[in-house]
Amino acid sequence: MELKGKAFKFGDDISTDHIAPGRLFHLRSNLPELAKHVLEDADSEFASKMKKGDFVVAGNNFGLGSSREHAPQIIKIAGVGAVLAKSFARIFYRNAINIGLLLIECDTDKIDAGDELSIDIKEGYVKNITKNITIPITPLPDVMIKLLKEGGLIEHIKLHGDFDLV
Amino acid sequence: MGQTIAEKILSAHAGKTVKPGELIISKIDAVMVQDGTGPLAVSEFEKLNKTKLFNPERTILFIDHAAPSPRKELSNSHIVLRNFAKKYGAVLSESGEGVCHQRLIESFINPGEVLLGADSHTCTSGALGAFATGVGSTDIAVVMALGKTWLKVPSTYKIILEGSFPKGVYAKDLILYLIGLIGADGATYKALEFTGSGAKKLTMAERFTISNMAVEAGSKAGLFETDEKTLEYLKENGRGDKFKEIKADVDAKYEKIININLNELKPTISCPHTVDNTKTIDEMEKIEIDQVYIGTCTNGRIEDLRIAAEILRGKKVKKSVRLIVSPASRKVFLQALEEGLIKTFVEAGAAIVTSGCGACVGVHAGILGDGEVCLATQNRNFKGRMGNTEGFIYLSSPATAAYSAIKGYIADVREVL
Repeated sequence: MELKGKAFKFGDDISTDHIAPGRLFHLRSNLPELAKHVLEDADSEFASKMKKGDFVVAGNNFGLGSSREHAPQIIKIAGVGAVLAKSFARIFYRNAINIGLLLIECDTDKIDAGDELSIDIKEGYVKNITKNITIPITPLPDVMIKLLKEGGLIEHIKLHGDFDLV
Repeated sequence: MGQTIAEKILSAHAGKTVKPGELIISKIDAVMVQDGTGPLAVSEFEKLNKTKLFNPERTILFIDHAAPSPRKELSNSHIVLRNFAKKYGAVLSESGEGVCHQRLIESFINPGEVLLGADSHTCTSGALGAFATGVGSTDIAVVMALGKTWLKVPSTYKIILEGSFPKGVYAKDLILYLIGLIGADGATYKALEFTGSGAKKLTMAERFTISNMAVEAGSKAGLFETDEKTLEYLKENGRGDKFKEIKADVDAKYEKIININLNELKPTISCPHTVDNTKTIDEMEKIEIDQVYIGTCTNGRIEDLRIAAEILRGKKVKKSVRLIVSPASRKVFLQALEEGLIKTFVEAGAAIVTSGCGACVGVHAGILGDGEVCLATQNRNFKGRMGNTEGFIYLSSPATAAYSAIKGYIADVREVL
């Protein structure tokens, strides 16, 4: 599986309030509408400028804060190909995998806004086409790979009738 | 080999001796959602085609984030939760009953249990010696159906507290200090275990404030061992029979040990826009404030209201400041009425709002205007948290908040104690 798109760059500590703010709490029952505001409080132009398959590229501790699963949900619904960050907050990480949003842990200092990237999951690297460099990916834990492959947690449980991870 | 509190509780729930880093399937004793995360959990649960909940008596739905509802969309989300509770026999906590985490410690969670909640501050119940952690709606949907989940056993940071708080310093100052020390991701995936002679002296209210904010350092859980204070708390809440001794083995292995001398702490403030951006009151420049918010699952307990009322009694809130007080639960509200604290707040010029999450989650009842500054006793100050990205949120103890409301700027409460 190869993914290709443009980098939209964000800083450290992008919280779930940046991604899906509390002031739009009432839109949580309408995810496609909420997705039009994805990451609005970090970059007000992101949702209108990004194209399907583009990447969110951030620093440390992406997704900290609330347990709201709407945050990874609307990133996925908006059509983001993957979120790349130096590190992720725990609950966001788990939520993203549960709903089938791809997360990539790598050195994002080597990526600037607007760079063209391609990601090769199988080989485990991000290629920065603009800069002509290759960035290794920290491999996902096996449990996450299995959940992603099966289409998320609900599909996993429907398929196996129970957890089949340990 | 000895075990930490987290390892002991998870071993009991996995049916085997577990080690840090190990992937386990854990039984879950209780599961909760609130009105922000519940409707999504309900729709995910329905995808599983189950006709009943695994444990309806301990599946608890809270209406607290938008309570009472400020808009029709949220009223409709509340209907989803009410219908689900009725259909499956789950427990519903209505508008006005209080913030989920306060209600959980008052009425639902016991030492040694595992609680999974679709809310990041679920870790509050760790002060009762329960392994309590936040996850998302899909995880909760599966737990509602199967009564179990997968977990990675966390390694533990031991936080040894010695000494006692000086005048004007409280549990909130301690946890803000710790988060400032290790950072907002300083304990990601780890459990925090608070121990030492200083921890034993803490009241249950103080322990809840500390456990509540464990997640602000990235932690999975914030745990205290149980003792006579835990027993007393459970008895007061009609659950004395649920007490269990929970403590780590003396030879338990910790990934890191952090020593804190409580005597050396000062009133501490989190500055915009991250919780780990902390300063002591001595390091603060003069910050004028527009709003003070006292309440929430962090600091809306009766003990917090007593401290704030003591400072506000017979005084007036500065004309340029709005003071909003929200008791964390109906039980706290009633107690505050009985003790005359609500009268004190109202006489000082406060607006009292329904027990719930309200302004802290940016939904209603205290949204900031452009450029406005709020000093709040809540647990988060992220950009946009209180409903406006143009607002500035500082965090403090209830004592600092109450005194600052009188002064009109973020002030040193030690001046009046």
